[in-house]
Amino acid sequence: MSSLQMPKVDKSIMSNKDKIVSDIGRIIKEENILSHNDEIKPYETDALAAYRQVPLLVVLPETVKEVSEILKYCNENKIKVVPRGAGTGLSGGSLPLADCVLLAMGKFNKILELDYRNRCVVAQPCVTNLAITEAVQDKGFYYAPDPSSQIACSIGGNVAENSGGVHSLKYGATTNNLLGIEVVLMDGTVTRFGGKTMDSEGYDFLGLMTGSEGLLGVITEVTVKILKSPEVIKAALIGFPTIEDAGNCVAQIIAGGCIPAGMEIMDKALTKATNDYSKAGYPTDAEAMMIVEFDGTEHEVEDYINRVKKIAEKNNSSSLKISKTNKERLKFWAGRKAAFPACGVLAPDYMCMDGSIPRGKLAEVLKEITRLSKKYGLPVANAFHAGDGNLHPLIMFDANNKESLRKCEEFGADILKYCVKVGGALTGEHGVGIEKRELMCEAFNNTDIQQQLTIKVALDPNSLLNPGKVYPILRKCAEEGRVHIHGGKTKFPDIPRF
Amino acid sequence: MEEKQNSLIFQDFNKSVLKPTTREEISNIIKECYKKNIPIEVSCLKSKKKIGRNFQTEKTLDLSSYSGIIEYKPEELYIKAKAGTSLKEIKDELDKHNQQLAFEPVDFGPIFLGKTDEGSIGGVIACNFSGPRRFKAGSVRDHVLGFQGVNGKGEIIKSGGTVVKNVTGYDLSKLLSGSFGTLTVLTEVSVKVLPKPSLTKTLVIDNPYLLKALDYLSIALSSSSDPSGGVFYPEYFRNYFTFNDLTTEGPITAIRIEGASNSIDHRIKKLCEELKVNRNEVAILEPEQSNIFWEKTRRLEIFSELKDNLLRIVIPSNETFEVLNKLKVFDIKYFIDWGGSLIWVQIEIIDSKILRKIKEIISNANGYVTVIKIEENLKASIDVFTIDSIKYKITEKIKKSFDPKRILNPGKMYSGI
Repeated sequence: MSSLQMPKVDKSIMSNKDKIVSDIGRIIKEENILSHNDEIKPYETDALAAYRQVPLLVVLPETVKEVSEILKYCNENKIKVVPRGAGTGLSGGSLPLADCVLLAMGKFNKILELDYRNRCVVAQPCVTNLAITEAVQDKGFYYAPDPSSQIACSIGGNVAENSGGVHSLKYGATTNNLLGIEVVLMDGTVTRFGGKTMDSEGYDFLGLMTGSEGLLGVITEVTVKILKSPEVIKAALIGFPTIEDAGNCVAQIIAGGCIPAGMEIMDKALTKATNDYSKAGYPTDAEAMMIVEFDGTEHEVEDYINRVKKIAEKNNSSSLKISKTNKERLKFWAGRKAAFPACGVLAPDYMCMDGSIPRGKLAEVLKEITRLSKKYGLPVANAFHAGDGNLHPLIMFDANNKESLRKCEEFGADILKYCVKVGGALTGEHGVGIEKRELMCEAFNNTDIQQQLTIKVALDPNSLLNPGKVYPILRKCAEEGRVHIHGGKTKFPDIPRF
Repeated sequence: MEEKQNSLIFQDFNKSVLKPTTREEISNIIKECYKKNIPIEVSCLKSKKKIGRNFQTEKTLDLSSYSGIIEYKPEELYIKAKAGTSLKEIKDELDKHNQQLAFEPVDFGPIFLGKTDEGSIGGVIACNFSGPRRFKAGSVRDHVLGFQGVNGKGEIIKSGGTVVKNVTGYDLSKLLSGSFGTLTVLTEVSVKVLPKPSLTKTLVIDNPYLLKALDYLSIALSSSSDPSGGVFYPEYFRNYFTFNDLTTEGPITAIRIEGASNSIDHRIKKLCEELKVNRNEVAILEPEQSNIFWEKTRRLEIFSELKDNLLRIVIPSNETFEVLNKLKVFDIKYFIDWGGSLIWVQIEIIDSKILRKIKEIISNANGYVTVIKIEENLKASIDVFTIDSIKYKITEKIKKSFDPKRILNPGKMYSGI
């Protein structure tokens, strides 16, 4: 992978390692400090595994007080800190720095309170996303945001990245389902933003912290709202002869007043690949395939499905299947969720992009991606959260061939730039991290970026908390930006993705 | 060209009320204020002007002439408008496509101006007050997709965009929502819109007791019947609601059900089962009367003749009963929204000591109190908003990062901010 400039390594910190270990040893238990190379090696990367860097040391605090004291100590001694949750992030947000203390929050793994009266759950940040739903599902509740890696990703990480999921069109992303957090700032200050109430008075620091990718504070507790599970969930699997037909169908479903719980499109290449891989029963002759899911009461879902059927027919749908059972519905999704490993079969390597576009621009953007695919001579398959305009092209290449890698990187950057050009965004749900850092100036001008950096400096004047992430170091737009999967292997190959 | 534009600004700049018509003019005015250390009040249609602390500025930036819808894409579910655009204009446009702002902005017009007036879209975002649908649809800030604005140095900045999924950089749209114009002058905003529900009905339960009402609301909000409104009006507000459909007596415990037409009756039936109430214990407001009922709620119509003081209390709903018990000693009238977690309190006699006491009760219940209306002579001696010392420090730093010379609405939220 191409090299990426990171903040300058502070040699005095490197040479002071023993003293730092002993100082932090006065704050936390000795066994919670990992400093030997064999111990810290597993922490050298997150799920953007192409980038690796062993940290100076890893600390595993157990209490908020410990987190606060560690940050205070590091702040006073100008030591960089990189926070880390479950390490499943796809944009390199918790990539360590050589001279950093990696603050691994893994021991904050307990659910603290199930509060049904106020319909919320209070949890420590390293509780997994799925564990929250599992804790409340016997009472018929669930936590709505469902990033595909929910089996492993942490709720604190979800807050840091503002994670989405296939149902965010109807239920929003993490930021819309979060009631409160406890957070420790770089100077050791412990405070709470929000709580169990809806909305807070004063500046919306909860909103600011959500999606700030660990640059503004370390989250030590999370309060999320839970929802009652819907009575019925049904999905329709629809094939279309052209991408345009599928795109028009999406626009008309939305304009017709239906807001599906989820609406996904895959192009022919991905439909075929995922169907071969998971035997999901997809219409492989269709140029585009759509999964639309509705939830609610029986009558309501029935009504919406019927409306979608009519709209699909009007847009030349070539096939249409409605799930009769929950099992069948999950089968519809099985292929979609296996998009990563399915692509792994097609090529030695692939990169997953994460651009956001206006729904109506789908056909135009896919046409451009096809053109770029020919230009660079690299095949591509496309998955699309059509409901909320989040596009995930998977570029196939061979990482052992330097030229192929270079082309792939250029191809990826061109796609993201095009997303911004048509009115979209560089990243819909994976975060900027280090991965799309150099493309930030495609979306923002210097004044915009400067304003954001001023906020960073206001809360972390020495820029010690997760430095080198999100904002370009030289503010120079290089050709970067993608998730690179080598040999079809992610850091956690068995976790469903996007 | 630039010189000419600047000279135009300078000429206008001598006036105390500045009414810019372009973003560049706004930027130039703030640049000038920044250069000369002149504080400026950011204002528009004034429907919520009286909310917040009193503060004095030499100049007022009146955004009412910077108005108009820039782009409305029903199929993309967003509308982009200049900040001074009236909410009425936006709603009229959305009506044409059967869409709405799902957060139901609170209409403070009846309280402050004696007539309905929801102000401008910029003002709605700057104040972040959401109506009855809040617990289901999210608040104003959840619907702001992006903005352009002018910070306290006169620089034009932007964040977000028009797509719903966007995690590029800090979410400044949220930070500016509810910041009462103290961080940045909003100039253009993109807001998420949603289809209107096909049908709305309201279930009113015959029940005289507050505790029971709170139970009903709590069960309803935890039900898969998926209600979109839950209020309780004590009996003294009863005469504001004279509907043929309202066959119950006494206080009003009302739950709104909206969505696909064919699902409403089924959901109401199911909800009645969950609430364990019989058909003869309830009244159903049919669509037309239901809509009027919730419009009255959103407009705080029961307070339209309010001379007294009005407090807005937000607390976890399990605390509501106890809190109201404790507030009994004061001469209050109240109604409950958001299914139990928002209490609007009208209080006849108040002074800074009573307000402090009330704030203490609410703070102990993990909630907060915002003073919406209070006698003018008291305003200088009370805190409209509440903040602890740690958050004050953070607020101060953030304020400085946008508005280093403290020229935008200085003191509107907190003294020194």
